[in-house]
Order: sequence, then C-alpha cells, then structure tokens
Amino acid sequence: MSENQKIQREEMQYDVVIVGAGPAGLSTAIKLKQLNYETSVCVIEKAAEVGGHILSGNVFETKALDELIPLWKEKGAPLKTKVNSEEFLFLKKKNSWNIPTWLLPKSLKNHGNYIISLANLCRWLGGQAETLGVEIFPGFAASKVVYNEDHTVAGIQTGDMGVNKEGNPKDTFEPGIILKGKVTVFAEGCRGHLGKELIEKFHLDKNTSPQQYGIGFKEIWEIDPSFHQEGKVIHSVGWPLDPKTYGGSFCYHAENNQIFIGYVIGLDYQNPYLSPYDEFQKFKTHPKMSSLLKGGKRISYGARALIEGGLQSLPQMYMPGALLVGCDAGTLNMPKIKGSHTAMKSGMIAAETIQQHLYEKKDLSNYEKLFKDSWIYKELYEARNVKPSFRWGLIPALIFTGIDQLIFQGKLPFTLKHKYADHETLHLAKDSKKIDYPKYDGVITFDKPSSVYLTGTSHAENQVVHLQLQDPDLPINYTLEKYDEPALRYCPAGVYDIQYNKETKKSEFIINSQNCIHCKTCDIKEPSQNINWITPEGGGGPNYANT
Amino acid sequence: MKLLVAVKRVIDYNVQIRVKSDQTGVDMDNVKMSMNPPDENAVEEAIKLKDSGVATEVVVVSIGHEKCQDTIRSAMAMGADRGILIKTEDLIEPLAVAKILKAIVEKEQPDMVLLGKQAIDDDSNQTGQMLSALLNWPQGCFISKLGVNDKTITITREIDEGLEHLEIQLPAVVTCDLRLNEPRFASLPNIMKAKKKPLDVIAIENLEIDISPRVKFLKVEEAPVRKGGTMVADVKELIQKLKYEAKVI
Repeated sequence: MSENQKIQREEMQYDVVIVGAGPAGLSTAIKLKQLNYETSVCVIEKAAEVGGHILSGNVFETKALDELIPLWKEKGAPLKTKVNSEEFLFLKKKNSWNIPTWLLPKSLKNHGNYIISLANLCRWLGGQAETLGVEIFPGFAASKVVYNEDHTVAGIQTGDMGVNKEGNPKDTFEPGIILKGKVTVFAEGCRGHLGKELIEKFHLDKNTSPQQYGIGFKEIWEIDPSFHQEGKVIHSVGWPLDPKTYGGSFCYHAENNQIFIGYVIGLDYQNPYLSPYDEFQKFKTHPKMSSLLKGGKRISYGARALIEGGLQSLPQMYMPGALLVGCDAGTLNMPKIKGSHTAMKSGMIAAETIQQHLYEKKDLSNYEKLFKDSWIYKELYEARNVKPSFRWGLIPALIFTGIDQLIFQGKLPFTLKHKYADHETLHLAKDSKKIDYPKYDGVITFDKPSSVYLTGTSHAENQVVHLQLQDPDLPINYTLEKYDEPALRYCPAGVYDIQYNKETKKSEFIINSQNCIHCKTCDIKEPSQNINWITPEGGGGPNYANT
Repeated sequence: MKLLVAVKRVIDYNVQIRVKSDQTGVDMDNVKMSMNPPDENAVEEAIKLKDSGVATEVVVVSIGHEKCQDTIRSAMAMGADRGILIKTEDLIEPLAVAKILKAIVEKEQPDMVLLGKQAIDDDSNQTGQMLSALLNWPQGCFISKLGVNDKTITITREIDEGLEHLEIQLPAVVTCDLRLNEPRFASLPNIMKAKKKPLDVIAIENLEIDISPRVKFLKVEEAPVRKGGTMVADVKELIQKLKYEAKVI
C-alpha cells in the first residue's frame, strides 16, 4: 500500500502494548497484571494462535517460572518430564566418546530441569495471562513502529489484510489499526524485524560487539518404545561439522515415546557451500542416532534463528517509550543453550520497570539497573567468554571453556569480543570447498519440501512478498557469482531458488515466500544484507503444535 | 429476516493430520483448531445479507466442547449478533446434530438456516439434508450463489452437468459451497466487540434429545502411501506393465 493512499485507521490506546506472545512477552504481560490489575495490557501475535510460531529444544530451567507463577504445578503447566540422565558426546564419523559428566561445567548440567514443548508452555502462559485480564490478539502482525512527533515510540501498526501482490487492496481489504501504548514492549524473538529497526534508529548497539546468531533445527520423532528412555538428555559436538564451524546437537527423550532431536549451527560459518539443513540431516545418520531412530516416525519439523552473542552483544534494552525484552534484544545463555528462563526473567524485569514508570514516574532507563541487579545479568556475565572462544576451533575452545567455566566459573578478568557480524564471515565460493551431502533416504533423512509440509506452513495467496530485496538484481549479478548464492543452502525451507529462464536466457532468483517458516536466517546471513524480512499477513507462517 | 448459521470447530486445514499410534483417532493435542471453512462461507453470506439490510439478525450456533466458544466468537467478530453453544464432550453424529439444530430452529424461528456443505474433518455431508427432512423445509445444497426475494430464495448449485438454478420457498435450509463468497477478515476492534456479544451456553442434557451414536467406530488408519510413477520407454512396455504388473488389462 503506498503511503499517499490515505487510509482511515482506527486507534486503540492501552497502558502497555506488547509485540509477540512468546515466553518474554507473556511473562511481561503476566507480571504487569500481578503488579497492578488496573494496568491495561494487550499482546499481539503474528501466529494464528499463541504458540504457533514457537520452536525450541527445550530443556527448561524453572527459575523464572518459579518466581512468576510459584504454583505452576497446581495450575497445570505442561512441564511433565524431569531430566533424569544426561550424556555429552564427542562425535567422530563412526564412533563417539562420552565426556564424563563430572567434567561438564555447571551450566551444562540439567539436573532438576524439564524436557518441554515451549510452544505448549506459551499456550498455557497465554491462558494464565488471559485469566489475569490481558487481551491477546493472535493472527495480527505488528508491521510498523508508530512514532510520536518527538520521535519517541508511540506504539505499533498492525499489518493490512487483503492486499494483493502488487500492493493494491483486494475485496477483502481490512486496514491495519494503530495500537498505542504508554509503553510498547517488543518481544518478537530473535531478529525481530521491528526490534532491528529500533536498534538501528536509537543506536542501541553502539557500545556492543556485533550480534551473533545460530540456526536451530528441531524434529520430533515417535520412536520404538524399547529405545526410549524418558527424561534422558544427550548433547553432542563434533561430526558432521568441520572443527571451524560452531555447533552441536541435542536429543531429548520426552513423554509419549517421543524424542526431540535437533541441531544448532553458528551463522558465523565461513564456507558458502555449507548447508545447515543438510548437516542436520547428515547428523541423524550417525550410528548413535540412526540406531535410535530405526523404526521410528518423524512427526514434526521446524527451524528458527537464535541469539548467540551473549552479554557482549546485548544492546541497550530501553529507548524513549519502549523496551526490548528476551531475544528481541538477545538474552539467551549460549553455553547453557537456554533462553526461555532468561527471556521470561527479562520480561518480568521489564514489567517492574514499567510499573515504576507508570505509577512512580521513573524513567525507563531504570530497566538497565534492575537488569544488572538480577540473576540474569550474573548468569550472562559468567557465560560471556564461551562462544567467542570457538573462533579458535573446536578443541582449543573446549579446553578454554573447561578452564573458564570449571575453574574460574566465568570470572576470568577479561571479556572476549565478537569480531564480525555473521553476514561478513562467508569466504568467496572460489576459495571454498564444495560439500557433497548424502542423498535423502526418506527414512531417516528427508528433503526440504517434505519437511516444510510437516510445519503446516501457509500464507494467504496473492499478497505482498514478505522477503524484500533491497536490490533485486544483486542475487544474480553479485551473490551468485561471488558466493554461489548461499540462500539456496542456508534457508531451511527451500524458499530461494535459481532458475534459468529459457526465453530471456537469463538466470532468475526465485522467492517462494509461501514456504517461509519465519526463521529469519536470510535476514541475518545474506552477505550484503540484501534480504529484508518483513511481516506477511497476520496468521501466516508455520503452525507448530508440540514443538 | 432472521438467519441461523451452524458452525463447527475442526482441525485447521493447514495442519498436517496425524493418526494416533493406537488407531483410536487423530492426534488433536495442541493442534490448531478453527472454523470449518464452508461454515465460514455460510457466516459470511449471512452477514452480507445483514449488511445489505435483508437480514435483521444473525444467530450462530455450535455444538461441542467448551472451546467451541472461540469459533462462535470468531463468527461474531465477523459480524454475527449472538451465539449459542450446545455443550457436550461426546462425539456427535450428523443425525444428532440435525436433531439438535431442529430444536434450536423451533426455539429461534429463523427464516433460513445456513450451513457449510460439509465439515472437513469427517466429510459426512449429511447434516443440512437431514435437518431439512426433520423440519420438512425445502433444501438447497452446495450453493454457490444466493439471492433473496420476498418469500423465496434463488440459488445456484454446482452439479455434474453444470450450474443448476433453483427457486425455493422460505423457510429453507441451505448448505454453502466454498465458491459462494470470500470470507472477510475480522478486524481487531471487531474481535474485541465480539467478546461482549451475548453467547448462551446450553448443556446438551437440557435438550432431552437422543444423541446416541448410530455408527460403530472401528479404527482410524493412515491412508496408504502413494507409490511414485515409473517412466516407460514405449507403448509396448506400457501394455506389458499394465497386463502383468498392474494386472488391470
């Protein structure tokens, strides 16, 4: 919709408007209502229902939930499987070594944690929030930040519905509305597209290292009951990744003979021929894994970018009229590979900040102080040196991490910096080695289309393409030649393709945006930052169930 | 003119359906549910008639679990005036649904009942027809066009031979095809307003209707996986294969 077409937009005013119904956004909402029932709070969520876009491992640490809803057990929170045994493996192509658990740093031990579906926890948190009077609107995407005349944040505008590919209104056109808040909280998760705009506009990252990201994959399998050990947690490093690439696997034995199996790869990888999706598929063929999956059935698939930068990359989380919470800022604890409890805690602290702002006229910058005084800061501080050490390679990094985490418990008197943003790390194709990935067998490994099928992804037809190219010719004229178009490989859903047009005798860059599972990897990894992820029509995207 | 629209809460059409491993049904845990798509067309058509001043009131009814209130609310967010939920935890077969709807018709006295042509979960395609028989009202099934006159309606049905145009007496039962219209998006303010619209919840026991199942349920299985095709070199090989491998000629 062009700007000059005047659209009458309705406006609604709340005390607090929250963008995103994930663990951070919902915890903010719940805490706000607990602090003052009178505060009007609305949460908007781009998924068709709460939890629909949530994908996470997930071994859950209850620390934040214990504080937020102490009676969670009595209130029926979906935390059922307690971790009862754990393994940490170092994989080689054919074999594996168990790293003894006594050698594992405290942060990697999961005793007392639960194997959960974060999507289902969010569904439950959504219900808790609604009981407290929070208004939650799923199916509406926050497409724009609305500013006041003095450039402070006033709220957001929801996306227009019923606009065709060319940007013109269809018969079903329904204009987006403006939701104004005395404070707006952005809780979009990793690489939120409004968060990205705000970080840039308010220079929130001026004193930080470039943010670091990873891409995480998850599949749910129903396996042979004789192989299933409910409560068991397995992590691995090593094969199939080369020692220079940061990443590892997880395998959690959940309830109902299901396992959650997945892989996380740092998006600072250097070889443009590396395909994160195929590394994950290949990982499943390791004897340790294939023996577990034998006779089993894959029932879900999903992928999502995650934050890996830690404290060094954490931007300032407050700005005039708004706060960033959870991984929209980047509160994930990388060595723990956990971000749910920190996301929740950051939301709870945001709620306290807002409470003091609304009723005691305290400035939102108070958020930083409250944040620094809480356990979340201590946790992130101790974890800060693990990820950057991996640029030295896997073995030196493991040794350093052992010293840093076991002996010094994260208290070494220096902080390693992240040097590059993830889009800057790719080597040129001509200097890189092609990687031959094995063919999919349709039993343990699968192609992208059949994987995307399991995500239940849909976008309304005939709408504006939500993956926007700053320069439409760049993929063919530059990226293809220099990097052999890595989008074909880093996208976990097969959105991008290069096709040769016989008539024009030219290659064309194809964007199958209807396949997009909203992982945001392209927005992060595209070497020229040429792809801009914006929100499609509300309700579009994956429909994750128990992920 | 008063309109009654029946809506069903079903597994969303985008969801990849999975049969439970014990074959007792499909997995519905935490699966996204939404309004049966042809029912959405029925709601849209009713609201259009209200927008154009033909209808005065649109009442939406659903039968099932407590959560069906969400489905009724989304119909009210589109523009329906009020809702009725007949609450039950049991699986209700089409005949029982028709009987329940008959009871509601007798109470509400609508001039027309609009339903989806069938539900996408069980694909029964029976409720509308059974309801028309029980009420002894004329029926128009699978309509793709609807015009309202004084005491009659004109409808267009898509049938094997083409399009059939009929005029039927009111009161009537119509079942809607997906081609009838394109359902509107509910706006955020309308979703909020819908939360305040009246919704009566009636326990099924209070209706004193025999809803006992008439169908015996055996098991649910996944459809067999379709085998991929093969390329043949020539007609001769094709005939060979059809004769000896597929054994169809």
